[in-house]
Parts: sequence; C-alpha cells; structure tokens
Amino acid sequence: MTPRRRRMLFVGLILLAVSSAAAFLLTALNGNVQYNIVPSDVFAGKAPKDRTFRLGGMVEQGSVKREPGSLQIQFDITDYAHEVTVRYSGVLPDLFREGQGVVVRGKLVKATNDMKDGQRLMIAEEVLAKHDENYMPPNVAESLKKTHDTRRMQETAVTSQPPVNN
Amino acid sequence: MSVELGHFALILAFSLALVQAFFGLAGSYRKLDNWMAASCSAVAGQLVFTLFAFACLTAAFLRNDFSVLYVANNSNTELPMFYRFAAVWGAHEGSLLLWLLILSAWSAAVALFNRTMSPEFTGKVLGVLGLISAGFSLFIITTSNPFERLLPAALQGADLNPLLQDPALAAHPPMLYTGYVGLAVPFACAVAALLEGKLDAAWARWVRPWATMSWLFLTLGISLGSFWAYYELGWGGWWFWDPVENASFMPWLMCTALIHSLAVTEKRGLFKSWTVLLAIFGFSLSLLGTFLVRSGVLVSVHAFASDPSRGLFILIFLTLCIGGALTLYGWRAERLKSGAGFAVVSRESFLLFNNVLLVVAAGLILLGTLYPLFVDALNLGKISVGPPYFSVVFLIPMLPLVLLLAVGMHAGWKQARFTSIRQPLVITLIVAMLFAAAMTVLIFNRFSLLCFVGLLAGGWVLLSSLIEPFQRLRAGHSLSRGIVAMSLAHFGVGVFMLGVTTVSTYTIEKDVSLNKGQSTEIAGYQFTLTKTEPVSGPNYEAVEGTVRVTRDGQEVAVLHPQKRIYRVRTSPMTEAGIDAHWQRDLFVALGDELGNGVWSLRVQYKPLVRFIWLGTVIMALGGIVGVTDRRYRARAAVQQDQAQPVPARS
Repeated sequence: MTPRRRRMLFVGLILLAVSSAAAFLLTALNGNVQYNIVPSDVFAGKAPKDRTFRLGGMVEQGSVKREPGSLQIQFDITDYAHEVTVRYSGVLPDLFREGQGVVVRGKLVKATNDMKDGQRLMIAEEVLAKHDENYMPPNVAESLKKTHDTRRMQETAVTSQPPVNN
Repeated sequence: MSVELGHFALILAFSLALVQAFFGLAGSYRKLDNWMAASCSAVAGQLVFTLFAFACLTAAFLRNDFSVLYVANNSNTELPMFYRFAAVWGAHEGSLLLWLLILSAWSAAVALFNRTMSPEFTGKVLGVLGLISAGFSLFIITTSNPFERLLPAALQGADLNPLLQDPALAAHPPMLYTGYVGLAVPFACAVAALLEGKLDAAWARWVRPWATMSWLFLTLGISLGSFWAYYELGWGGWWFWDPVENASFMPWLMCTALIHSLAVTEKRGLFKSWTVLLAIFGFSLSLLGTFLVRSGVLVSVHAFASDPSRGLFILIFLTLCIGGALTLYGWRAERLKSGAGFAVVSRESFLLFNNVLLVVAAGLILLGTLYPLFVDALNLGKISVGPPYFSVVFLIPMLPLVLLLAVGMHAGWKQARFTSIRQPLVITLIVAMLFAAAMTVLIFNRFSLLCFVGLLAGGWVLLSSLIEPFQRLRAGHSLSRGIVAMSLAHFGVGVFMLGVTTVSTYTIEKDVSLNKGQSTEIAGYQFTLTKTEPVSGPNYEAVEGTVRVTRDGQEVAVLHPQKRIYRVRTSPMTEAGIDAHWQRDLFVALGDELGNGVWSLRVQYKPLVRFIWLGTVIMALGGIVGVTDRRYRARAAVQQDQAQPVPARS
C-alpha cells in the first residue's frame, strides 16, 4: 500500500470512528442524562412528567414513616422551601437518616387520597446517600442560598462544610 | 521535631527536583557528562528525602501525634496499628506525598536502568521527570502540607473514615498510584524523543517495559479497587462509572493503546508520532484524573476534600504539562517520520483498529465525565450522566475490539495471510458459539442477544489466545516470553468478558424483610435468617446476622453479614456476608432493623462474578511475563543489528 493510500485509509477510519461515535453519543446522552431536580423545581413544574429523574434534598426531620416489619418506607425530601413525599420499598443506604442529604431516583405519580392537597408524591426506584455525614446535594446548597433565610444560611454553613477526609 | 524534619525534607526534595530538572536538561544540551551525572545524584537525593518525609509522617501516625492536623483528622488512639500505617495515604495530603514518593522511585529506576540509552537522552528524561516532581512537591508544600501543626494539639483524633478501614486500603492506593505515576516515564520519554527529534526502534524497545509496568500496576490497582467496592461499599456492584473510577480507567485505556502502538513502533518503525501522542495523553489523563479527584469539581462517592486553590494549582500544572507537550509535539512531530507501509490486512492495521477503538472509548468516557461540568458552566442546569450512558457507549467500541482481537492476534506483520490459522480460528469460533448458546439457553434459561454476543466474543478470545501456544508446542518449538505474555493477557481479556457479561445479565437481586427463622429463596438457594446478635470489634459495635444458606435441603454456607457502627465517627457501615465459589457468589447484606425484630436484607446471586477479577489478574500476569522478557535487558551493543525500520519511501 502506498503511503498516500495509507493516509487516505487512516483519515477515512478516523472520520468513520468520529462520526459514528458522535451519532451514538448524541442518542446515548439524550436518553441518559439525568437532571438533578430539587423539590422547588417540582413545584415550579420543571420536573419531567413521565420519566424517572433524580431528586435531591434533605430528608425532613420527623418525616420518616414505616410500618414495623415492612420494607415500605415513606419520607419527605425538602430543600427548605418545598417538600416532596417519597415512597420506597427496599434496603436503604447506610447513611440514610433524617436530616441527611440524599438523592432519589424515581417517577412522580398522582398523590394518593390520604395525602394533603397539593402534596406531590414520588415512587422511588433507588435511594442514594453519600458516604459522608456532611453531604448536601450541591444544588440544594445553592437553592438554600437563594432563600436568603439567615437561620437556614447558618444551617447551610454548618452542613456544607467540606468533608475532612476522603 | 521529626514532623518539622519531615517538612524540611520535603522542601529539600523540591529543591533537588529543580536541580535534577536543570542539570538533566541543560547537561544534555551542552553535552556535559558531569552535569548529567549531577542530575542522577539529585534523583537519588530526592528519593532519600521524600522517603524520609514519608517516614516522618508514618511515625507521626504510629505515635498518635495529634499535634499534626492531618494525623488528628485521620487517626485515633483506638485505630488498630495496621490501619494507622495505611491511614498515611488515607486522605488528600498523605496520598499526594505517596504520589511524590512513587514518582521519585520511578525516576530513580530510570536513572538506574538507562544503560541502553544515550546519556543525553537519559538526561532529558530525568529533566522532564524532575520538572513534574518539582511541580508536585510545590503543590504539596503550598496547598496540601501534611506536616501542618495543630496547636494546641487535639486530645483525640477524628478517626480514619470507616469506609477505608479495610485491608485493601494498604494495597489499592499504592498499586493504583504506581500505575498512574508510572505513566510519567513514557511521557518523559516521549518529550525527550521530541526534543531530540529522533525516535527509533531502540527507543521503543526501551519504553515498552516502562509502559507495560505501569499498565500492569494500573490493571491490578483498578481491579483491586473494584473488588474492594464489591465487598465493602457496593452492595454487590463492582463498577459504578463514578468520576473517580473513570479517572483511573481512562489512563488505563490510553496505556493499553500505548503498549500496542509501541509494539508496532518497535517492530516496524511505524505509528511513531501516534505513539508519542498516546504517551502524552496517557499521562495527561492521569493528571486530569488527579485534578478531578482532588479539586472536588465532580461529586463522587469518593467524597474528597475539596479546595478551590488546590484545583486551580493542578489545573495550571495540567495546562503547562499538556500544553507544553502538545506544543512541542506540533513543532517536532514532523521529524518523527514513519517509513514503511503495510497491507490492509496485516497486524499493523489490526493494531491501528485497536488503538482507534481504545482511544474512542477513552474519549467517550471523558465526555460523559466532563459533560456535567460543561453543562453547569454554560448554566444549562445541573445534570449527572448516569451509568446507563457509560454502559451503552462503552460497549460500542469494545465489542468490535474484542471480536477483532480474536482474529488480530494471529495476523502477521506487513501482510497477513491466515492460511495456517483459518481452520483453528473457525473451529474456535464455532465452539465459542455453541458455548454461548449453551450458557444462555441451557444454563440460565433466558436468551439475551447482548449476552450471547458478549459470551461469544469472550469465549472466542479466550480460545483463540490458546491457538498459537498450542500450535507451537505441538510443533516442538519453545515458547518465547513475548508470545506467552500476549496469550496470557488476551486469555485474561476473554475470562474478564465472560465474567462481566454473565454477571451483568444473570444477577438476581432481592430486597426482603425477614424475621428470625424466616427465609427467602433466589436461584434455588434458600436463605434463612437464624439469629441476630450484637458483637463488638476493636473500634466499632455491630449487629451480626447469621444467615443459613441451603439448597435442596443441603447446607451450602453460613454467612455473617454485619451492620457496624464505628465509635468515633458514628457512621454505620455494612459488611456483607459473601459465599465465594468459582462459578457464583452468594451475597447477603444486612439493611436496617425495621421494628419487631425484623431486618431488611439484600440477597444476591452473582454468577461468574469472580471471573472479572480473575481475568484482570491473568492480564496482569501477562504483563509481568512481558516485562521480564530478556530482550529488554539487552545491552547497547546487541541492539545495533536489530529491527531497523525500512527506509522512508515518501
């Protein structure tokens, strides 16, 4: 093979690789990017309607409810402006507890009859808590800053300290 | 006192790195032997002082010296001795010191084993390594000093993160860093070759073992990390496409491409500038990984301490390294002409495909890792790219890569004729097909096309890698180390593929709530929770469950999953109970007490999961065999008559 043809082959291969990669990429990214949503976004109508997304926030103090002996659990996720009620069935991560930052992957559904008016309900497929006691999802921290509530600002200052350790 | 000495030694190491860089580079340009010798001595001095600094920090840990901030943050009097030792690299500052120590060890190795290369070349390599070393030690001294005092001293330490209190902490970071930092050597060699404007077969032969060494450490390090995550943190997962994992995986892909490209450069004098580019990218990606991990711009389960000034420093350092190397590349790559041509069907083109596909894979992962950053920077919202993206885009280049591999490893240089190999290739393909069909349809009773293709590819590579050794042995030839190395590594790829495909398709997972005496069943195994009782360890309290596993009434295993609460950090940790077997793992993790003595449990059946790590160990074994090839130890005199590339025709 002459160097010229080889170069053509080389360029052709790279073009092929790049274009096919780009094509796959766009489709893959489209389907798999997950928007990190906070409860305020849900109330502002910015949450996806019929597909799963990730909802981040803090587990509201005193909101965790469980029938003794059952895997079913219900809790509220808050960004201190709004709350979304979450139902989940399964094993919870080690660091899940009230007041802890968590990320929940799931879908919004119609509120059930026993819930208050205007309350939103999510059925979760997965609950993630970070392996770090002080973790707060970044956009929750941001949304907290926006509320300009001094008491909460102080709370943020305490909870969003960088972890001392990896 | 020793703490201040350690700090001082670190500053000395920084100065010596500058000396090493200056005398190495200047000496090689002015061809002054004593200057270049001074560079070598500076390397030795740097190693000694970095080692001393490291020993001082270790001593502070062993003595529980809580007047050192880093020790106070990461240790505790209750922490067992073993973990106090490993805690040295348990967090940011110490792990960077380890990074530096490993870099100086690699530099010392270069200074020691340079007999086959000209002193000018060695001088340049050591010079470049000195610059990197200087940059990193400056980084440690200015932004992440592990010797910082805490006055008045803390009475008690904050303890090592419970997640890290595992024997794997002793091995995983050093192993991974050895691989990461080892990529600095091919990088320095590539820069030196660009500076000299000369890159020949001797260069490639010299660089190959270095690249293979870092590749094998990376392989083992990543694999160990994955295994650790599996039994400690992952609730049975073994890879999460977490940014920190990606940060180690991208250099691995680049390094894999590099060792293949180096083979072509050595044997045929081709792909020269491409090889250089891969060496640059490999190290750049490992620096980028350090940046991503250390600056905290990406949120990851590794929850590293984040500090913007650290991020900025590494970003500048990264820009200088990559920018400098690429500028040099643009300016000098023209001189690295590749001579000979090759046919469309030849080992060269197979290796070209290998390289393109590996680089594409690394690029796709890089894109997925950085995409959230771009989107955030453009104010388009906070997003995260989840594992589904990575699993899909990673398969696209990898499946063809593995299928090409089965054929490609038998292709001859220059022009491949598959006459003697066609029959065994077809036979192995048919066997692999039958195997994949049997696995999906007969054993697991559920056909999935992707799984079939994965098993077919894995099985084919596995069998195909055995053809050459088998044929040679039957013909009475001996096996060269090169062939054993290649066959072993590719055999490992096959084993790995089988494990990954099977475990990702046929894992059975179930969350259940069990009271004492109750049981649940998956994959024919009966899991019975017989009791839960409190137990206590050296620095934690735990609840231990006893789960009896039976199959058809026969006892298979008794597992003891634990839920631990560490006393100091009071964070709960799950210790899974695992029954390991070559063909499957039974995995039980204890969740929470749900009230009335009922516990939530996650039980899993993971077929062939051990093949994943077994495969990587076999790959690394191939690397070890390759590195110890006697060819690489040949003296300068022998290399003259070997494999000079065909003169340029263009």
